[in-house]
Amino acid sequence: MSDSSPNFTAHSPGLQHHFATMEQQTDASVMGMWVFLVTEIMFFGGMFTGYMIYRYTYYGPWLEGSQHMDFWWGTINTAVLLCSSLTMALGVRASQLGQRRLVVAFLLITILFGVGLLVIKGIEYHGHWVDGQFPGAHFRFAGPNPRQVELFFSFYWAMTGFHALHVLIGIGLVAYIAYRSWKGAYGREYHNPVENVGLYWHFVDIVWIYLYPLLYLISHKHVSG
Amino acid sequence: MSEHIATKKTYILVWMSLMCLTAATAGASYLELGRFNIVLAMVIATCKALLVALIFMGVKYISQKITLVVIVAGLFWLFILVSLSMTDTISRSWR
Repeated sequence: MSDSSPNFTAHSPGLQHHFATMEQQTDASVMGMWVFLVTEIMFFGGMFTGYMIYRYTYYGPWLEGSQHMDFWWGTINTAVLLCSSLTMALGVRASQLGQRRLVVAFLLITILFGVGLLVIKGIEYHGHWVDGQFPGAHFRFAGPNPRQVELFFSFYWAMTGFHALHVLIGIGLVAYIAYRSWKGAYGREYHNPVENVGLYWHFVDIVWIYLYPLLYLISHKHVSG
Repeated sequence: MSEHIATKKTYILVWMSLMCLTAATAGASYLELGRFNIVLAMVIATCKALLVALIFMGVKYISQKITLVVIVAGLFWLFILVSLSMTDTISRSWR
């Protein structure tokens, strides 16, 4: 900023003093959010790479394990998550326009979709649990390669489990910004937290977009390689 | 950078495309395409991910270059991880 004289003119209450303008503050914040999302790409990327290596190494057992996924619950959950992304995007849009009540409404619908996803995931988890498909001492699988199928289920539980954890954290974040929006903390000028939580929510959606075909689809009708 | 506000119509169209692509990938899993099942599924998933990233996450409207550099660097890192791990795994013919 070239203007070095003391400036006591009114500025947005959301502007922190180490930033020159609102735009600069928003740009810096969005970039910071993306840096965090890159660390999330690394986090999930490691698991996806592990999945690929073992899928290549134990192709047959991977198909066997994959055929025990519930195709319809997985598909419904994909739709639920995509709907939640739409309401999240509309919520962020409403916050850009300063429509306070609409922001809160869209965020609450987003939370409902998020809870719906966790409930469906819970139903699936329960089914796998009672069928002895949780890796460990009680794992049982009737087939020639139970150890390798167990490995598939390890990846299944770890990847969907961490995804569900992210959804759970997301629900908490969305609830927080919904509360803050209700209190009138954000307006046309300053609504960056809503945007950043939106970025997080959509990122978690993208992770599921890849998990869904990899776990539920690519082997569900195929018995031979 | 002045903030870009996408229209409601854009978001709803993107959402409808995402739902159609989900139906397409679910339907495609019933076809017997051998190794191409995974290729088709990944192509559709990448289309969906691009729609979410470009429109919902607003990557298309980011005007700040350094943010784009961060995103591309992250994806490039993922490319290195996957490609080097897989070329190693696939080329171990002596196992």
